[in-house]
Amino acid sequence: MKQEKLETRASRLYKKRSTMEMAWRQLRRNKGAIIGLVLLVIIIGAALIAPLLFDYSTDVIGMNVRQRMKWPSLEHICGTDELGRDIFTRIVYGARYSLAVGVVAVAIALVVGIALGAAAGYIGGLFENVVMRICDIFSSIPSVLMAIAVVSALGKSTLNLMLAVGIASTAPFVRVARAAVLVVRGEEYVEAARAIGQPDWKIILVHILPNCISQIIVQATLRVGSAIISAAQLSFLGLGVPAPAPEWGSMLASGRLYIRDYSYMTLFPGIAIMITVLSLNLLGDGLRDALDPKLKR
Amino acid sequence: MADNILEVRHLKKYFKTSRGMLHAVDDINFTLERKKTLGLVGESGCGKSTTGRAILRLLEPTSGEIIFEGKDLNKLSKTQMRHMRKDMQIIFQDPFSSLDPKKTVSQIIAEPIKENKIITDKLLREERVLELMETVGLAERYINTYPHELDGGRRQRIGIARALAMEPKLIVCDEPVSALDVSIQAQILNLLKDLQEKLGLTYIFITHDLSVVNHFSDDIAVMYLGQIVEKAPAEELFDNPIHPYTQALLSAIPIPELGHQRQRVALRGEITSPIEPPEECRFAKRCLMCNPEICKASVPVLMEVSPSHFVACPLKQKEMGLLK
Amino acid sequence: MAEEHDILNIEDLKVRFETEDGTVYAVNGVNLRLGYHKTLGLVGETGAGKTTTALAMLRLVPDPPGVVECKRLEIDGQDVRGMSITKLEQVRGKDISMIFQDPMTALNPVFTVGQQIAESIEIHEHLGKAEALEKAGDMLEMVGIPRARANEYPHQFSGGMKQRVVIAIALACNPKLLIADEPTTALDVTIQAQVLELMNELKEKYDTSMIMITHDLGIVAEVCDEVAVMYAGRIVEQGSLEEVFGKTMHPYTEGLFNSLPNIKNRTAKLKPIHGLMPDPTKLPEGCPFAPRCNYATEDCRKAVPELHRASGTHMVACSAYERDKNFMIDRRKR
Repeated sequence: MKQEKLETRASRLYKKRSTMEMAWRQLRRNKGAIIGLVLLVIIIGAALIAPLLFDYSTDVIGMNVRQRMKWPSLEHICGTDELGRDIFTRIVYGARYSLAVGVVAVAIALVVGIALGAAAGYIGGLFENVVMRICDIFSSIPSVLMAIAVVSALGKSTLNLMLAVGIASTAPFVRVARAAVLVVRGEEYVEAARAIGQPDWKIILVHILPNCISQIIVQATLRVGSAIISAAQLSFLGLGVPAPAPEWGSMLASGRLYIRDYSYMTLFPGIAIMITVLSLNLLGDGLRDALDPKLKR
Repeated sequence: MADNILEVRHLKKYFKTSRGMLHAVDDINFTLERKKTLGLVGESGCGKSTTGRAILRLLEPTSGEIIFEGKDLNKLSKTQMRHMRKDMQIIFQDPFSSLDPKKTVSQIIAEPIKENKIITDKLLREERVLELMETVGLAERYINTYPHELDGGRRQRIGIARALAMEPKLIVCDEPVSALDVSIQAQILNLLKDLQEKLGLTYIFITHDLSVVNHFSDDIAVMYLGQIVEKAPAEELFDNPIHPYTQALLSAIPIPELGHQRQRVALRGEITSPIEPPEECRFAKRCLMCNPEICKASVPVLMEVSPSHFVACPLKQKEMGLLK
Repeated sequence: MAEEHDILNIEDLKVRFETEDGTVYAVNGVNLRLGYHKTLGLVGETGAGKTTTALAMLRLVPDPPGVVECKRLEIDGQDVRGMSITKLEQVRGKDISMIFQDPMTALNPVFTVGQQIAESIEIHEHLGKAEALEKAGDMLEMVGIPRARANEYPHQFSGGMKQRVVIAIALACNPKLLIADEPTTALDVTIQAQVLELMNELKEKYDTSMIMITHDLGIVAEVCDEVAVMYAGRIVEQGSLEEVFGKTMHPYTEGLFNSLPNIKNRTAKLKPIHGLMPDPTKLPEGCPFAPRCNYATEDCRKAVPELHRASGTHMVACSAYERDKNFMIDRRKR
């Protein structure tokens, strides 16, 4: 009975309109962001279906001496490398590594950074001071150097690469999270939550973080781009994803030897990195405008 | 003996600043009878909001006793205090920042009920939310809207419903209508008044608007720089203000009436800093009646000049023969 | 005084904002005339279109999204509508100037208050820097701030002092018309009383005409000679202070008075206006106040009532008076 009554009531209620929906409306009008989004969807889609299109052992890492160093043609639209592997195939497959490293590294940085930053912002005092000074130290070391140090200490593997890039990009998240928490903490609804007897940890989780989420999304999107660059840099230096795997950075590194005569070997992986990072940045900027209520016209 | 729900004794709240201790609330004493309203009036920075928050321990008081129904709140642990929160609630000034923008109306109103496990069944809880919405005059079609989709008056109603959700005995109203338009302001004031009668609530009504406080309160306490300078039943305070600051404040209200000639009680410029204030009357520097010998001798104390009428002005106390 | 023209003459001012969520009809046909040396109180609640009307007078409505239409817009006999930007800038500040609500944000934190007052004097009076600073000092003294404080920065002043500085800036070039948009809302009552007193004094001294935008009927009673009550972008009642306060005609004006707590009779129950201000993107058919009005009839929902002269200078836009000349609201006597 009661249930029925409530359900009929519910059907008469207003349609929910979330902030995400409004942000999407805002985002749709930003051409750059939409271009970024479309490119990104293509890249992610390609990375996802790559194993269905190509066989890893034969197409991606298998040598084919007769097809060595072929300039781009209809058959190999990006040409082939010094071992006769199709560069386009390797770039498509390589997206899996670059995106995975970028996303996982940022995820690590995000979780650690938000936990530390939110706690620092909410608790304040000595704890905040210590966390923020450690952040200062971390950000004063160039991130590539830091990642090199981490990889050298932990050993060479894809997982360690993710960890290294993740640690190197934690500091900005701590900062963003702390700043966001400081702003939200002063709002009266947080005080209201305390007035109804909610414990601190729940206030952070239920009221503070959801209200900082847009800034964190923006930061994360932009950071994936720089994480991809860091990962490529490490691979270029031979510290990243191990050899036969088609990581864009290591493709650049091997192509470097032939740059005078076979420039396409470095050109295409380079373009791949550039387009991916550019589309992430375009999207990130667009998101910032769409999610920031202050910029709304 | 009167049924006192709240007694505040020597309440102090100091804030540390780079230039010394800021005495935001400095030795406040009052008692509040059940089902009555105490108006706390004063200008910005007089410590009225801080007092309200310190009573609820949303700000930890520096010292003093807050005796609520016989228990000293200041002695309770954090967990014990959380349980006490059921009985004492707050309504905020700004209906735009006091509601979490990411939560729907029903989530906001249901939160205190859920948090304190008053009703655990989800459907019953929703029923209660609808009941509360009806109590505060919110149409039920708004149950799933977000605060930003509503206007100030409706948002303030949500804030009131949230405060009522746990059936509190005491509600601190911190400027609940000053952000609203006059026509809406009257709606909310009437609502608060009706609720008081219906639910037997006790209010501490904090405001800078004297005409509102006069309409709303049984007793009025006028605050100046962290101290109560005069406290009296509303009618008495308006008919017979004694402290020079109260007189100035009352004479400054613009009256929407033809041919009203205001007899302004003038004030001088300089305002005493609340940071490490000197041991003297804090109003002395702005007061035209000030007699340095008397006013700067010590910190004035509240004295009863007529039944229930307290004044902290050494000059007037002397005139009345209360002070030697 | 026989003047050929008024300080301000607006005919049929309409302002709408074309936003993505629909068109906001902010001002819908406002006619205003203000004689020299008069003070008009423009009264209304949030969203009534008071500030937009004022901004339109100075041609400060942001475009886009704002669209301003107007049959006549004259300040001191000059047509402002087609004016070039250079000419317009001369008019702003010199003939007409505006005081905004929030004194905290109206001043530039990196210049001293003396420099900020002198700036507008330099531009409009073509004085040298030293002379302008000298005059800025005079202005400060006039608003009751010691000349010596001209070298201080805004953050060294309290709210009331800042508003005095803002007034000094607005009056620096002796404008013919001063528009004050809620000049005391951000201030405490005792400070508000001082600022209002100061404005009253200066207005007398300089023979300035003034438009006081406010929601506080008490302030209107204190400083204004004439009153215009706005609702949903229209003027619903207009007249001298005595007419509007003494013989209130429009139900909305009555509602405003009844919403105020009566300081003399504290037990009187407030009689709020029920309902809400209409959504300016979809104004109701007919009289915009009809849905909230206790006297509304079917006819009220059919056509928008025009402002009609009731007596003397008293004008009211309510169709009840068109049907029955003697329809009159007995306002609760205070």
